[in-house]
Amino acid sequence: MSQRYPWIALALAIGAGQARADTIQVTIDKLVFSPAVVEAKVGDTIVWVNKDAFAHTATVKGGWEVMIPPKKSASLTLKTAETADYFCRFHPNMKGRLVVASR
Amino acid sequence: MLIRSTATLAALFLFDAAPQVQAADKPTDPQIAHIAYTAGVLDVEAAKQALKKSKNKEVIDFAKDMVRDHEAVNVQALDLVKKLKVTPEDNATSKALTKAAAEERAKLAKLKGAAFDKAYVDNEVAYHKQVNGALETLLIPSASNAELKGLLETGLKIFQGHEQHAEHVAGMLK
Repeated sequence: MSQRYPWIALALAIGAGQARADTIQVTIDKLVFSPAVVEAKVGDTIVWVNKDAFAHTATVKGGWEVMIPPKKSASLTLKTAETADYFCRFHPNMKGRLVVASR
Repeated sequence: MLIRSTATLAALFLFDAAPQVQAADKPTDPQIAHIAYTAGVLDVEAAKQALKKSKNKEVIDFAKDMVRDHEAVNVQALDLVKKLKVTPEDNATSKALTKAAAEERAKLAKLKGAAFDKAYVDNEVAYHKQVNGALETLLIPSASNAELKGLLETGLKIFQGHEQHAEHVAGMLK
């Protein structure tokens, strides 16, 4: 968290007027998304880090889907302000939520 | 037909899990490892049959998921038994599972098209339900090695996921 402040200061100093987009990590370990709920802003990137030997997905019903191969990472840059409940299509008992606010 | 074999196994697991059973009748770690591994192998075999017979994309995708996940679980299981120097030991539950699966495969072999798809997916729901029940009530509580217990707990989450996935596919076939 503290690493954010120099960037904010820099952004203010150069008058960019827009905070730097963050990268937020969600770890998958033993079929659990952690943290299960993430608050983010449009422009931020979510990186899912899959520690399992199993393929997973982050899927929003009727919406986007990110494939997350075993022992690999996958990312998604958030484009719209929304609350997205997602699940793993292969293991629908795995659930997570992104609460995306406008910037 | 499906109901009969499932009921037989349910009875078997219930018998095994019955409270009056002596502690000595609880499966040992080598037996538990064998049961869990066998359950995975049997589901891979069922999936391979489906991959040969089915033309339905949902069913084929599901079967591919089963092969991938169960093979991955079993690689972990083999690594673990090697590390723990445990030799999986054949037992009555593994034999009953294998026998029931062979009977189911023979029944499914006679079916085609949508009838096959429905019977396969319905059996996948029942099979995962049954294995999950055994994991929860018998195998996990009986496991004495913490790492084996941990792998079974992860296996349970995977299998529960498969059960929901199979239910979803079954819903789409209707």
